[in-house]
Amino acid sequence: MALTTPAAQVGAIVPEQVRRQLTGRRSDTAGRIFQAVLIGAVAASVAVLGVLVYDMVQTGSGTLTGRLGDFLTGSLRSQPGESGLLQGLRGTFYIGVFTVVFAFPIGVGAAIYLEEYASKSRLSRFIDLNIRNLAGVPSVVYGILGLAIFVKALGSFTGPSSQGRSLISAGLTLAILVLPIVIITASEALRAVPGSLREAGYGVGATRWEVTRDHVLPYAAPGILTGTVLALARAMGEAAPLILVGAVTGFLSGGTELDPTTLGDRFTAMPIIITTWAGRPGPEWEQATAAAIVVLLVVVLLANAVAILLRNHYEKKRG
Amino acid sequence: MSDLTTPAAYTLEDFRGSRKRMRTEHLVRAVLFLAALLSIVISVLIVASLVGEAWTFVSQVEAASLWSDGWFPRRGIYDIKTLLTGTLIVTVIAMAVAMPLGLGAAIYLSEYAPAGVRKLLKPVLEILAGIPSVVLGFFALTFLSPVIVQRLSSEATQFNIAAAGIGVGILTIPLVASISEDAMRSVPAALREASYGLGARKITTTIRVVIPAAVSGLVAAFIVAVSRAIGETMVVFIAAGATGGSLFSTDPFKPGQTMTAAIASQAAGTDQVRGAGLTFQSLFFVALLLFAITLVLNVLAGRFVQRVRQAY
Repeated sequence: MALTTPAAQVGAIVPEQVRRQLTGRRSDTAGRIFQAVLIGAVAASVAVLGVLVYDMVQTGSGTLTGRLGDFLTGSLRSQPGESGLLQGLRGTFYIGVFTVVFAFPIGVGAAIYLEEYASKSRLSRFIDLNIRNLAGVPSVVYGILGLAIFVKALGSFTGPSSQGRSLISAGLTLAILVLPIVIITASEALRAVPGSLREAGYGVGATRWEVTRDHVLPYAAPGILTGTVLALARAMGEAAPLILVGAVTGFLSGGTELDPTTLGDRFTAMPIIITTWAGRPGPEWEQATAAAIVVLLVVVLLANAVAILLRNHYEKKRG
Repeated sequence: MSDLTTPAAYTLEDFRGSRKRMRTEHLVRAVLFLAALLSIVISVLIVASLVGEAWTFVSQVEAASLWSDGWFPRRGIYDIKTLLTGTLIVTVIAMAVAMPLGLGAAIYLSEYAPAGVRKLLKPVLEILAGIPSVVLGFFALTFLSPVIVQRLSSEATQFNIAAAGIGVGILTIPLVASISEDAMRSVPAALREASYGLGARKITTTIRVVIPAAVSGLVAAFIVAVSRAIGETMVVFIAAGATGGSLFSTDPFKPGQTMTAAIASQAAGTDQVRGAGLTFQSLFFVALLLFAITLVLNVLAGRFVQRVRQAY
């Protein structure tokens, strides 16, 4: 008993006394400055995000509050005060659809093969390395790939009416672009599944696919979903590959309906509209561009935020 | 009971399960293997589609037009050094912005930040990483250029390389921060404790123990960031001007052209890549160059990351 009371005091007072005796009157000036510099670096990085968002909302507020409905449902026009985003929203929506339909199943399938099936052979190590390198290939190079393959070589399939410069070409190009991201994040999610879960499955006689389908995948689902949402956000924000596959940078007739039979026609997308408008002179176009950016940021950052929160939630739950 | 006494009645076949299960198993395995193999097909397609046209360009272009005073592919002037210089300037400026901020943020998050602060700041940095590059391009043009660059130099034009470089730098901050932080957090706590045990201060421990121990990861962060900056297209495309072509320039306060922006700007505006002679092929040549440079950097970065993993 005698030990417990002083122990409480030891916790509070003694370390402070010891510290004072060891450091004397010297104060750790260098340490404080260093810490201040570090906090400054973090603050600057965060401030950039704040300034950027504030600047866009501020500049675009006129358009956003004045004619939001008209802005979201209108078509591209020659006047900034009349132009709307509908064609871009449709393009970006379908690019998202292509990503989910192609990149998600193929990416998750590849990740399952690499993590659950492949032995650590030379081939699987090569595939792994290859995927990591693909993730680092600049997006504009994927655009060149799309131009060479989907537009030039397969143009009669991807868009007979548009010489291949269609949403199909764009969607497939961006699905390929984000495929490595989906594979890498899905692999990480699969690797985090405890081995005991698999062993339990094998122990009762399940096959590899049964274990994967019924136990590993459900456990890894939140992680895989997070990766997919991040990849989706990335695809919806990309512009460079779309320029290469021939997104319309000027004016576009049609392209306002969601009818999937028009996927072979000419198209545009949100990032392309922003790029085009950013190049036009005058404060009115600047306002319209900022407003379009706010719309894109709402979509992309919301997707990101949801993915990050989802991941943190499950990480915490599983400790 | 009789089953137990005659174990020999079981054959290997009995443990294999039904034929249908086996068939599914093989089919699934084959499909998944194809999915994994697709990544190799994509790599092959990238290289194949680049090399063909790039070779046409190299074999047909006049050598003199590769070393003149600007990049004007539609007029048959393909001065590669204009693009390489532009790319280099953008990358240097970007790294000057991203390395100190990214590293500082990483050191703070890894060594100094209380758990609560860290949990709050990491998602913010991840959101910064999610901003599309067109947005930063517009931000560079309408904010960074007038507010920062044109104050640094009264000579600066509205479209300039410096603003684009800062924009690219902002884009790479989260990348530098996250790779460096991973590297520093993988340094074992025992090293820090040993340092404290010898009476070292936190700053000494951080600078003399943690950073040297994580240096491979920090180098990897730098290389990946350089690779990303070289490959970044839209910020330069929007903010650096010089759509169509550019004279050779080393002045960061003037418009300029990078490899990526040169590729994109040939394809933009006309809705289609076209132009006299070898314009179309020149894009593939530049893209092949870009692909080769980033590939070398990424492989190099991978080696350094591997080294951190092996060490701890």
